[in-house]
Amino acid sequence: MIDKFIDTAAAAVADIHDGATVLIGGFGGAGMPTELIHALIDQGARELTVVSNNAGNHETGLAALVKAGRVRKVICSFPKASHSWVFDDLYRRGRIELECVPQGTIAERLRAAGAGLGGFYTPTAYGTELARGKETRVIDGRGYVFEKPLHGDFALVKAELADRWGNLTYNKSARNFGPVMCMAARTAIAQVRATVGLGELDPECVVTPGIFVKRVVTVANPAFSS
Amino acid sequence: MHTPLSREAIARRLALDIPDGSYVNLGIGMPVLVAAHLPPDREIVLHSENGILGMGPPPAESARDLDLINAGKQPVTLLPGGCYFHHADSFAMMRGGHLDYCVMGGMQVAANGDLANWSLDRPGEAPAVGGAMDLAVGARRVYIMMEHNSKNGEPKIVERCTLPLTGAGVVDRIYTDLAVIDVTPDGLQVRDMIDGITFEELQARTGAPLRKG
Repeated sequence: MIDKFIDTAAAAVADIHDGATVLIGGFGGAGMPTELIHALIDQGARELTVVSNNAGNHETGLAALVKAGRVRKVICSFPKASHSWVFDDLYRRGRIELECVPQGTIAERLRAAGAGLGGFYTPTAYGTELARGKETRVIDGRGYVFEKPLHGDFALVKAELADRWGNLTYNKSARNFGPVMCMAARTAIAQVRATVGLGELDPECVVTPGIFVKRVVTVANPAFSS
Repeated sequence: MHTPLSREAIARRLALDIPDGSYVNLGIGMPVLVAAHLPPDREIVLHSENGILGMGPPPAESARDLDLINAGKQPVTLLPGGCYFHHADSFAMMRGGHLDYCVMGGMQVAANGDLANWSLDRPGEAPAVGGAMDLAVGARRVYIMMEHNSKNGEPKIVERCTLPLTGAGVVDRIYTDLAVIDVTPDGLQVRDMIDGITFEELQARTGAPLRKG
């Protein structure tokens, strides 16, 4: 029998190791898996590489993980925000590494990892400083930059509903990076608002098929963090 | 004598040029103002990079949903017929040439269509590009909406960008508080000027040669 439900967030993140690459869903606050991140802080893993769209705001969620000194490197598209003082301060002091990647390139690198591809050529960033040092190629008269897949050891995502096979639905724009991060990680962990019985999700409306998901934790009233 | 257009007036002017049936992405900042001025008799579908087509206006305070936000992380609504999708699909829409128009702000635009709008290149500041480079290369027509001159009076339309590029040769048209200017293979072509300004005055405030429309 397949049962991906895990009782607690702590148990779901227990095996995240020092030095792991962790994909963390969310665009601003929408889709940020706050409870899973806080469980990861309590668990204590260090030297993490975090892939996320932003680098955390205020002092909860991803910002709290960064503030706790657990993150060696952030791969993201937009670390700067009006409330990103935790990251900004560490970055200025040279205490955290940053790889700035265009947003669509992060998404596609994750998708490529999940799809078993060795990379792809994208027109994004061609002729800019973000393409410096990267292989480029002109195809049919247009310039492209080669980008490699972006694999995760773990993904932490926030979804809406799940069944015990790990099939997921999302809520509105909180979907954002969830589906591609689940695909790209060896172990994808989803926190969901509620679980349902097998067969209760409309198969036409499943967004992330359970094959991409290893663990599901219910957080009925998630805290909001950005 | 002339009075430069307000930001709202630039938005109103630009909105007139978006045809019925268009799929459009409005960038963060000044371009967001365009939404409120789209002619109500046209059906124009707004795309938001975080996974929305058919984005509607901000909700009433009581109807705010923190899971339904735009690229600037402000609460929005979904219009009938709208839908949600994940980030790889959203950026396929952008990069894949499926959007008819995007409107972005600009720090500098060069006569060859080069765009700089993501970095002031200040030492020690973390680079943050977001979706700007994807939009710049992807949308079928890239419109830039900005003040004609910087706060200290320097031209933002230049011969060559000195700031880090967002995209090379990507801009189609520039809407400023003084004029509407097309980027063409033959250079910058003035399409429209505000009342009371002369071509010579406009040229004096522009860092690259203009051609009369």
